[in-house]
Parts: sequence; structure tokens; C-alpha cells
Amino acid sequence: MSVLAFAEQRNGVLRQTALETLTAGRGLADALGVELVAVLLGPPSLAAETEKLARYGADRVLAGYSDAFAVYAPEAYAAALSKAAQESGAKALLIAASAQGKDLAPRVAARLKAGLASDVVELGVEGGRVVAVRPAYAGKVFMRVGFTSEPALVSVRPRAFQAAEAPRQAAIDELALDDTAGAARCRVQLAGEGKKERPDVAEAEIIVAGGRGLGGPENWKLLEQLADALGPGAGLGASRAVVDAGWRPHGEQVGQTGKTVAPPLYFAVGISGAIQHLAGMQTAGCVVAVNKDAEAPIFKIADYGIVGDLFDVLPRLTEEIKKARGGN
Amino acid sequence: MNIIVCIKRVPDSESRIAKAKDGTSVDTQGVKFVLNPYDEYALEEALKLKEAAGGGTVTVMTLGGEESKETLRTALAMGADQGVLLKGKPSVDGLGTAEKLAAAIAGRDHDLVLFGKQAIDDDNLQVPSMVAELLGVPGATVVVELKVEGGKVTAWREIEGGHEVVEFELPGVIAAQKGLNEPRYPSLKGIMQAKKKPLEELDVGDAESRLEIIEVMNPPVRAAGVIVGEGADAVPELVRRLREEAKVI
Repeated sequence: MSVLAFAEQRNGVLRQTALETLTAGRGLADALGVELVAVLLGPPSLAAETEKLARYGADRVLAGYSDAFAVYAPEAYAAALSKAAQESGAKALLIAASAQGKDLAPRVAARLKAGLASDVVELGVEGGRVVAVRPAYAGKVFMRVGFTSEPALVSVRPRAFQAAEAPRQAAIDELALDDTAGAARCRVQLAGEGKKERPDVAEAEIIVAGGRGLGGPENWKLLEQLADALGPGAGLGASRAVVDAGWRPHGEQVGQTGKTVAPPLYFAVGISGAIQHLAGMQTAGCVVAVNKDAEAPIFKIADYGIVGDLFDVLPRLTEEIKKARGGN
Repeated sequence: MNIIVCIKRVPDSESRIAKAKDGTSVDTQGVKFVLNPYDEYALEEALKLKEAAGGGTVTVMTLGGEESKETLRTALAMGADQGVLLKGKPSVDGLGTAEKLAAAIAGRDHDLVLFGKQAIDDDNLQVPSMVAELLGVPGATVVVELKVEGGKVTAWREIEGGHEVVEFELPGVIAAQKGLNEPRYPSLKGIMQAKKKPLEELDVGDAESRLEIIEVMNPPVRAAGVIVGEGADAVPELVRRLREEAKVI
């Protein structure tokens, strides 16, 4: 028996969410008293990454290498992962709730006829049964759910588990891939990458989010400068109002029709704080609000607030943060 | 082109949602229900594809109770041709619901199945991929741009820091993300016509749940913090607090 953790890769490199998934899996495997098996799917060059899987707690690695698996192929990945779960008698299978994982995990659940808990933020075992905590209604409520089927399928919310090293001597076994037909039927290419300088809002360590108070898309450079000053872990977010107005791409939207986020630090700039926005970010660690309206609802949940004109406050904030970080 | 759009009735995003007295469900008293916002993008795309193809039908389908008829009528008012109500209770996880939908879809003539990328109540993001897998067809989720030409689908799906371009032959499943299009509003004429459009009802029974809700919890209440000050002069104090008190920079 085992707990399986799927280790997502992109361009032959493990993603940060893969390490977080391993950490969540390590905890669950210990609670169940079973081994943790990392499952790796990708091109043969991925073999160089297996050392990292052992370092982050895998007792064993099941690796399926094929050039047909270099890029995410929904049906073929689902077939391979389901096979891995069946062959290793998985009590649980963990997949990151990333763009890929959110597409993949339900396909695996459909194949294994097993229940899937999405976007899980806490995992445990009660009376021998896996239980999970997950947000619903964009975080307006949380649900503690128990599995009535096996294996327990879990998609793990990015940043909910802090990746921690737990070195092992991991054996590496090959996972025979007998179905790459799906990969041929559905062709997937990566596009638009490389333009990317900042982490996605769902995975950012710090979010600098802007709202209508910015006055127009041309003023986003003020937020970009602040994000730059905060370091490479900072990403940009946006309120629904500015996404609907076409100022920012919907991929940046935080809230109920956007992304639910929980970074350690969240800047809400020129955002008043509608219910649907607050739901999506209220479990952030530290919230800083800058708004000219002292009555704005955002101040009711912010840890620190500055009432004032953001066009005065932001440049100064960027400058002071640069100073405080001392050229880090 | 024949398209099936799966939709859901959900609480409006502006609703206050809290745990109900029983402790294992949410209190929806006094809550306004609407067509799931992401489903509007799916339906709009279906209507555009049908218009471009110069024929075919758009069928809207949902699993739910009697009250879901209202949601189907909204979709018919936007321009769908016919509605199907699968009478039964959705599952806690997505699979039971997907099984009911897939069974109903498999028995109907269709080229494409469209969904919103997620329902904003459960936030499961499961059903579209599950239906694709159960039907044994390719699919793409979180789609922001879609082309369908000569039976070939090209879908741009949003991923972290970029896109994936997914290509496959019909039939298949697409789950729509915000930004795919600008959904139309139902016209008065559409609302009148919707009343006369066919709405089929089938008793399919409750979907099997493979998860059970042990407890619904309200999020920890965030206390209001401090207003550090007014204007740019307050910035040094804010930065000091972020560094020394909150230790986040």
C-alpha cells in the first residue's frame, strides 16, 4: 500500500507545486503508515530530476519516460497515472491543483471511479480514513470532507503546503507506458511562455492587486514597479471590475469568478473590497490596503491600511521597500 | 452543428454564504440564484458556433431539481433551442454528476459538449474533464479562445504564465473560461420565445457521492487591523511594521 504523489514537470523541470505535492503526500503517508511513491511522467531528460523527488520525501519513484509525454497529454497522462495507482495499491493519489492538475485529476477520478477532493488546503487521517479540508464558494466557506471510495484522490492547492525537504534513498522503478495513443489524438503545444516574468497569481508568494482606483490600465506600471521591488516571488492581481473593463487579463482576477488565493502577503491597491473579491483573498497571510476611501470594506479585513491617494503612496512604497530589502 | 451545453443553477456571486444550522450544508435562505457565470460563456460560444455553421441545435442540460427549470429557461431565452432537465441530486464530488450527464449525452446526437470551467458554488472544476473521460473523447478546459473548422478543434487554454494550444477532432468537450467571448443578454423576444421552447424532463435519480461532507466551516474571521496613517507620509511606518511586526518582507 502507498500514497502516490504526481510530480508535475514543465519543459523537463519539476514545478514548485510538485514539491508541495510531495510534502503533502509525505505527511499523509506517515499518518497512514505507508510508503510515498512519486510518479513522474515526461521526456527521458527528466531522469535528472529524480534526485529532487527523493530529497523531498519519496520512498520510491515510478517514472514513465516518453517523448510523447514531454507536454501534457490529457488522456495519455490519465491512463498512465491510473495504471500507476492501480499497480501500487494506492490508498491516496495527490495531484497539484495547477492548470494541468485541475484538468488531469478529474480524468483520473473518472477512470478509477474514485472521489476527488479539489483544491485541498489540509489533509489528515481520522479513524483510518483520509479527510481533507477544501474551500467552496471561492472561500466563503470551507468543507471538511471524508472519502467513501478508494483511492482518495486529492488535488492540492498551490502554496497551501510549504515544500519541505525530507531526504530518502529512493528506488527508481520504470512505469511501462502502454497507451500513448491518446497523446496522438489530442495534440498539445505550449504557447506564450517566455514572455512570463512573474509568477501566476495563484502561485505567487506576494500579490500586488489593483482595482478601479488605478484609473486606467496605463497606471499599472506603478503596481509592476512595486512588484519588482518586492522580488521575483511577487505576482500581479486584479479586481473583477478592472478585468471586466478590459484593463487586465482575466487570468489575474482574484475573487469568486477569478482565482482564490492565499499568499503570505497581499497588497490591495485601489480595491474597495466587494464580497466576491474578499472571498477570494481573505485567507491571505498579511493584507495591506491602500485606498482613498477610509470607509472602503477592504479596511475591515486588512492588517495594515493607508488612507490616501495611491498615486502618492505607491511610488513612495516602492522606494521604501527597495530600501528595506537592501538590494536583495 | 449540434452542441450540448451543460449548465448549473448557483447562488449569485454577490451572495453571503455561511454554514447552515445542520453544520454540513450551506444556508441558501434568501439567496438569489443565477445561471453559473462561466456557463454563460459556454452558451454564448455554442450559439456563435451554431450561427457560424449555419444550422444545428443547441441543447442546454442540467442535473438538478424542479427549480433548475428557471435556469434552463434563462438559457433558452439567451438562444438555446431546447432544454433537458435531468431530475436528481448532484453529487458532492463531481463524478456522480458527470456519470448522469455523460449517460444522457451519450444517447443524443452531438458534435461538441460545452461547459463553464467551474460552477462557482462547489468550485470542484471536475465535471467537464470527467464527462470527456467517461465519453472517451478529447477535451480542453479553461479555454479562452476556440476555433472549430471542418470538424477540427483548436483551443487555447490558460496555464500558469502562458497558454496551451490543444488540437483534436470532434467530438470533444470544451470548458469555457471568462474572456472566451462576451455573453449576450436575453432579449425580450427571446424571453417570450423561451416559454414555448421544448423542455424535456427525465427522472435520473440522485447521483452517487464518493465524498461526504463531515463539516462546513466558516472561514476564520479576519479582524480589522490598523490604519497606519494617511498618504505617502505613512509609508515608512507601514514598511517598518511589515518588516518588524508581520515579518513578511
